Amino acid sequence: MSVIQTPTRSDVEDLLYKEAALLDEWRLEEWLELLTDDAVYQVPPTDVPEGDARNTLFIIADDAVRIRSRVKQLLGKSAWAENPHSRTRRMISNVRILGSDGEDIIVTANFAVHRMRYESVDTYVGRYVYKLARCGGDLKIRERRAILDNEALRPHGKISFIL
Amino acid sequence: MEHLNERLIIDDQQAGLFRVNRRAFTDPDIFAQEQRSVFDKCWLYIGHESEVPHAGDFRSRNIAGRPIILARSDDTQLRVLLNTCTHRGALVCRQKSGNARTFQCPYHAWTFNNRGQLVGVPGEDSYSDAFTRESMGLKSPAKLDSYRGFIFACFDPSAGSLRDYLSGATEYLDLVADQSEMGMKIVAGQQSYSARANWKLLVENSYDGYHGLPTHQRYFTFLEDIGVDLKRMNFSAPARQAARDLGNGHAVVEYQSAWGRPIAHWVPPFGEHRRPHFDELRRKFETRFGAERARRICETSRNLGIFPNLVINDIMAVTIRTFYPVAPDYMEVNAWALAPVDESAEDSALRLDNFLTFLGPGGFATPDDIEMLESCQRGFANREVAWSDISRGMKREQPAITDELQMRAFWRRWNQLMTEPHVRRASKAA
Repeated sequence: MSVIQTPTRSDVEDLLYKEAALLDEWRLEEWLELLTDDAVYQVPPTDVPEGDARNTLFIIADDAVRIRSRVKQLLGKSAWAENPHSRTRRMISNVRILGSDGEDIIVTANFAVHRMRYESVDTYVGRYVYKLARCGGDLKIRERRAILDNEALRPHGKISFIL
Repeated sequence: MEHLNERLIIDDQQAGLFRVNRRAFTDPDIFAQEQRSVFDKCWLYIGHESEVPHAGDFRSRNIAGRPIILARSDDTQLRVLLNTCTHRGALVCRQKSGNARTFQCPYHAWTFNNRGQLVGVPGEDSYSDAFTRESMGLKSPAKLDSYRGFIFACFDPSAGSLRDYLSGATEYLDLVADQSEMGMKIVAGQQSYSARANWKLLVENSYDGYHGLPTHQRYFTFLEDIGVDLKRMNFSAPARQAARDLGNGHAVVEYQSAWGRPIAHWVPPFGEHRRPHFDELRRKFETRFGAERARRICETSRNLGIFPNLVINDIMAVTIRTFYPVAPDYMEVNAWALAPVDESAEDSALRLDNFLTFLGPGGFATPDDIEMLESCQRGFANREVAWSDISRGMKREQPAITDELQMRAFWRRWNQLMTEPHVRRASKAA
């Protein structure tokens, strides 16, 4: 098995594009397989984009338990905001490897995620910051933070799917 | 305007029927009249004193459609300044928050101090003697006052005092404010969102015990999955819950909830290691307030609606939520977390974590609420179905939190304001 020591941008892009496709196709169980067991998923508030979830009220700050619960809910029947499911389409670009924090690789990418539902189109714009772990021959997501450029969730109203 | 004379509510106490005319949610004329009859008349929540702790601190925000500045002036007085240059109208403050001695209009460089006084006019010698700086300061709402840290303003010069306005709601504001001897604070991070729905649907939803189980089934499943005992929550046991009309359109539901409360109600998902700490927190409340009030503060959850548009839900964390209509079918919502100023970093992190399980635009519940409000709004397009029903529990001596007494308290006050004679005259004149 080849061990990824220094992943290239193209290795990282493969992962992010695969993730985007799984999320857009609502293949959320498969998406979970891209995450480490201790993964976190965060969306900071629009007015404190660089905040820390321990002392700032975020929009989403899921630990691994909550991520899995979120997926279970979204695939179940009673997550009404996503039943029926929205259509989403993610544009991921400007992928850059920023460095490493010793163990994990830090990656950033821009996103424009369009959500279509009830004939409205809401666009979420921002950038991701990922911490990617080397697990055997694979890269896995240990942390994904979606930092919105939108100044408010208006008229979006909510983030009911996985951003 | 003829249909404004149509009845907006049916309040048949003898039969036990209460209906709301769905035009209240859809009609542009009613929306326009609400601006004058409700938002120009009532005390409105501006912010919390902790948001402007030091002299010079300011926050700019929108209140009832108006850009305003909440400022702590150099004399440490709280002020609300209408954010428009008295010269030709431009915003004098275009930052969301900060600390400033003056606000200078970027258009012609008129300068106002943080008390709102006009202190600089370039080329002032071109004005006649009739022009005075004193009359050209930044304007303020007619009234400003605060209650235990919660700041309110009112645009109606003839309004009564804030204390009288709040009526029975002060008891419930106290139950929140008493959660720390050192005071409460707004935590960093504002949840700014919206709903494609009429603002009054969110009023109804915010203290609606009836929708809890069907709308939020996935939240209760989540609680069970992480080890919370749902049997604690018994909405039908009268000793454990109450819905109250607090006067002036305010109402509350109070109940024994299953979820943990970071203030001092431990549940297994908080971790065994935290249990002694929670016991200690609880003992402190018992020392301060005695066993019964301590139990109420620590264990019961409360959804409080202060007329017209302030919600303070002290549930799995404390959220303050306020919202304004932009159109009959669209509102903007702002929400914050309130916490004891002296809470430890670890307790605060737990509080915010618990908040996000249910609340906010990415929580496991609020998105479904928004979905339901938007769904109602779309349903209202069926004009043939003219009335909504909120009669639940109307004939019950002691209404339950799953009844609709709370909403009826709101609607009666709303209807009273919308149909008062002086309002009719004003709309005829218009």
